[in-house]
Amino acid sequence: MQQVANNHEHGHAHDHEHGHEDHEQLKVLGFWIFLVTDCILFGSLFATYAVLMHSYAGGPTGKELFELPGVIASTFILLTSSFTSGLAILAMNKGKVKELIGWLVVTALLGLSFIGLEISEFTHLVHEGATMSTSAFWSAFFTLVGTHGVHVSVGLFWMVAIMMQLRRRGLTPVTRRKVTTLSLYWHFLDVVWIFLFTVVYLMGVM
Amino acid sequence: MSGGKWPRRLQLAVLAALASIMLAGCGSDYVVLNPKGPVAQTQYDLIMISIILCSIIIIPVIALTAFIVYRYRDTPNNKATYKPNWAHSTKLEVIWWSIPIVIIAILGYFTVRDTYALKENPNKEVQPMVIQVTSLDWKWLFTYPEQNIATVNYLQIPAGVPVQFQISAEAPMNSFWVPELGGQIYAMAGMTTELYLQADHPGEFQGRGANFTGEGFAHMQFNVKATSQDEFDQWVKEVKGTTPAMSKEDYEQLRKPGLSEVLTYSSFPEGLFEEIVSKYSHGHPMETGGSMHDSMHMDGDKKESAPGSEAGEKKDESAHSTHHMPNTAMTPVMSH
Amino acid sequence: MWESLKEFASWFFVTGDPLIYGAMVSIALTMVAIVFVLTKYKKWGWLWREWLTTVDHKRIGIMYLIASLLMLFRGGVDALLMRVQLAFPNLEFLHSDHYNAIFTTHGTIMILFMAMPMMFGLFNMVVPLQLGARDVAYPFLNAVSFWLFMFGAMLFNLSFVIGGSPDAGWLSYPPLSQNDFSPGPGQNFWIWGIQISGIGSLATGINFIVTILKMRAPGMKLMKMPMFSWSVFSSCVMIILAFPILTVTIALLYLDRFAGAHFFTMDGGGNPMMYLNLIWMWGHPEVYIVVVPAFGIFSEVVATFAKKKLFGYTSMVAAVMGIAILSFFTWAHHFFTMGTSANVIAFFAITTMLIAIPTGVKIFNWLFTMYRGKISFKQPMMWTIAFIPCFVVGGATGVMLSVAPADYQYHNSYFLIAHFHQVLIGGVVFGYLAGIYYWWPKLFGFKLDEKLGAWGFWLWNIGFYVCFMPQYALGFMGMTRRYYTYGWDLGWEPLNLVSTVGAFLMGAGFVFQVWQITYSIKHGERDTTGDPWNGRTLEWSIPSPAPFYNFAVVPQVKELDDFWRVKEEKANGTYKEEPVHLEPIHMPKNSGLPFIMSVCWFIAGFGFVWEWTWMAVIGMVGVALVMWARSFQYDTDYYVPVDEVRRTEASLGRVY
Repeated sequence: MQQVANNHEHGHAHDHEHGHEDHEQLKVLGFWIFLVTDCILFGSLFATYAVLMHSYAGGPTGKELFELPGVIASTFILLTSSFTSGLAILAMNKGKVKELIGWLVVTALLGLSFIGLEISEFTHLVHEGATMSTSAFWSAFFTLVGTHGVHVSVGLFWMVAIMMQLRRRGLTPVTRRKVTTLSLYWHFLDVVWIFLFTVVYLMGVM
Repeated sequence: MSGGKWPRRLQLAVLAALASIMLAGCGSDYVVLNPKGPVAQTQYDLIMISIILCSIIIIPVIALTAFIVYRYRDTPNNKATYKPNWAHSTKLEVIWWSIPIVIIAILGYFTVRDTYALKENPNKEVQPMVIQVTSLDWKWLFTYPEQNIATVNYLQIPAGVPVQFQISAEAPMNSFWVPELGGQIYAMAGMTTELYLQADHPGEFQGRGANFTGEGFAHMQFNVKATSQDEFDQWVKEVKGTTPAMSKEDYEQLRKPGLSEVLTYSSFPEGLFEEIVSKYSHGHPMETGGSMHDSMHMDGDKKESAPGSEAGEKKDESAHSTHHMPNTAMTPVMSH
Repeated sequence: MWESLKEFASWFFVTGDPLIYGAMVSIALTMVAIVFVLTKYKKWGWLWREWLTTVDHKRIGIMYLIASLLMLFRGGVDALLMRVQLAFPNLEFLHSDHYNAIFTTHGTIMILFMAMPMMFGLFNMVVPLQLGARDVAYPFLNAVSFWLFMFGAMLFNLSFVIGGSPDAGWLSYPPLSQNDFSPGPGQNFWIWGIQISGIGSLATGINFIVTILKMRAPGMKLMKMPMFSWSVFSSCVMIILAFPILTVTIALLYLDRFAGAHFFTMDGGGNPMMYLNLIWMWGHPEVYIVVVPAFGIFSEVVATFAKKKLFGYTSMVAAVMGIAILSFFTWAHHFFTMGTSANVIAFFAITTMLIAIPTGVKIFNWLFTMYRGKISFKQPMMWTIAFIPCFVVGGATGVMLSVAPADYQYHNSYFLIAHFHQVLIGGVVFGYLAGIYYWWPKLFGFKLDEKLGAWGFWLWNIGFYVCFMPQYALGFMGMTRRYYTYGWDLGWEPLNLVSTVGAFLMGAGFVFQVWQITYSIKHGERDTTGDPWNGRTLEWSIPSPAPFYNFAVVPQVKELDDFWRVKEEKANGTYKEEPVHLEPIHMPKNSGLPFIMSVCWFIAGFGFVWEWTWMAVIGMVGVALVMWARSFQYDTDYYVPVDEVRRTEASLGRVY
């Protein structure tokens, strides 16, 4: 708090770049708070899932239909993409735009294959007769896993937008902030997936 | 604006209005304040305790407000002390943090005590009688398993005998309420809630649904008649002798949305209530106050084939035994 | 072709009720009139440049205020229609389904489309000024929030003439709100109206938390921050923690209705009671979200008009933050009658009672702020003084309701109705009105007429007690809420009639207030000083109405009530004039994107409501495109040159 107050005292208007950086810091804080709200969103979905996780209503159970190898593969892919997005940040800190974009491309490709696997899993489940309207359990399953998938997809679009901006503008306080928030988001989704993998899949087949 | 007189007049008006309501409370239309059984009596006592405890705060605070507003009004002739920077007093703050704490502690004690008490039979000396209550769109079905009779929109009970109501619904959630006998409890599909009520003396009381269920909701009112045990037995005999039996088809008709007159049936299909409950309790563990109706869990697609079948019930009970703590379904988020 | 068109129209539009035809005609006429006036006076450009694209928090605040007053009108008309229907037994003024729709929209509108925007209006109008900031942390996001609210509210209100209103209660409990019992688009309007505006509310919560944490003037430590800003902080913390739960809950309800899911259905393993838990985990904090800022307003008003420092500032801060935390542990008291175990009931009964402690402390602190003060009875103060007894009684009946076994007798009865109207009107509405009267001159440059205001005040207050005191009694008579009619045999008719009279008195009070506003635009006392009430906080140190950049020079804060300190020091000659140095001011540029994006949300919402997937997809693609476009916008702000600042200030009578 004191920090910001001091910055103001020095008169930010003269130092344009400095004022900008201040502003970008503000956006990172806001993004953290957004992640708090997103946490609660997923928390509510997890709670819902926990309540309904045995409500099969005569339909198939998770144990019957889950195929762990595919899920473990997508877990591995997503964890790796989190790692590569970390490498992207390292590249950014070294000021290497090309390397940064390169790692973002790798991250995006991994994210894309995660989504691909999820789609094929859902198709398989629907094929086996487990849909949104089969039972409360499957409603909760598709909603929880699907919401995570939608988050990842949004992240992919965002990543493409940022790569384009990086190419056009290079590293500026604004693009730096964007890469930082994107990587926060990506790590957050990774953490959510770890919970999801444990609660839904591991506990589901046990 | 004419100085500080108006706010005080307003407060006097408020006090007068409150007092008139309290006094009027003696009238017999004030069903909540005219308890006719032990449960309603307990609740009446609590209401009175809470009114008294709250008055200990309300009356002095309103008086103090009136005094301060009048005393410290900004008029040329007002000689009251003016201390614009006096804004802290630990002593005073300790006092008014403590007052509400003490009051809440007292009220909390009575609340907790009676919360536990009301879960139980209010009259331990007498074996309670069971009546099953089903909320339908938009009528109440009462089935008497011990007498094997059924009524719609009418309830007759023996006075002096505690009645254990087992309550469910095959319609949107309702709430079963007979104010003169005691407070309400929800009627929910796929679940059974329990409520003990007892009428101390013969009499007629109003009963009604208290939770909105749609178009015909306002018409879900019924009379409750408490009679002596002899008269009650006589009535049961009469019902058995003179009214038609309820068939499955009759129930299906009743279930359809619409209003209904008072109806009585000399019998009802065996296990009807249990079947209604189990129809919607499949797939998730069922809550009850821990009665014998636990766990009529059945697979959805088998529901027509084996309602009430012993084997089916047993199997499912064991399958779901781990979820059998009371309240699992009630406060799902908490218990997981 | 003609036949199928006619068939579509009879299904698409609400038909059959003269009230609704009347509304359709008046809506159409109003629209035509607006278009005509805007065209005739060539005001389209002005509307777009000055209002629809603005990111200025003060203008956004004004738009919130206007919208909330319109919604107050609609919600109030709903209330009066209900009271007419209940004035006598067996009245056939409204049919059951129409009555059900009206109480549903009344509740939804009053909480979500009246109280919330009025609150956000006050946040916007006051917080940056009070903090010594030039705008909120994210001005663009702020505009997004407003337009999402606005289009959500419009979508919801559209249900009155198109498709049919929701009629399953303001919280739409399933299974009643499911397809089986509420077919048609009405419930979907409820879901999507709230969903779209709810996203905006969430964003506002984030925006003001960051504004308060990071945008305070230099020297303003958190414990030197005015009480209203503290209450906004408390409210926003609750918003960010509670609103995601609402988003999830109604999204799941929509999945049940649209995709055949089984979250809250009676069959398929669904659990309707989970909905009650989830919706109240949002719903209970929600009432504190709206009432806590009112507490903040009272704190400002009491100190100003008693001309005395706020008593027990530290306690007050502790109390608002304590309320924010406790509010998340009381939700189950909304369904004590669900038959839960005694342990759970006892826990929630006690946590509910605990809330009375910080609230009670606040009351005492306000009283002792007035004690040894010099009270002047201006309009904001009148509403504050009226609030105290009203809220004390309303709070006490709340404590009575928290006594769980007694609640079995009050639940869903008119006792409950009277209680929550007493805290929501006595607390929230009185508070917001006090705030509007108090800050009005700062926003518009003139005061609202005292005499007409007094009429409004007394009609509201007398009307309130006449309307709601009988309802406590009706609760004791066993009258259940949401009854559209009742018989002669219950003895309910005299008190119901009295209650209806009270409702109309409040309605008359509102009419006087509208008159007051229109009268004061021309004849209201002009505020030339910028400090019409002898205020204590920073917002009064700048001219009224505030220039678009708020502060020509960012103030240096030394104390709580810093402006009061400056005035005192000037009076006794100890004030040290510091050399003023004007600098270019960094400001955000206006943008049409928030408006366009919200239009896209509206289109998507309309598609979701009618379950026209193609339309929903078009709308959502639009939303995505706008976000994409915004991401590529880098030229989003500019500097106001010193000359312009100097000129603007000079025109407002301040020379630098």
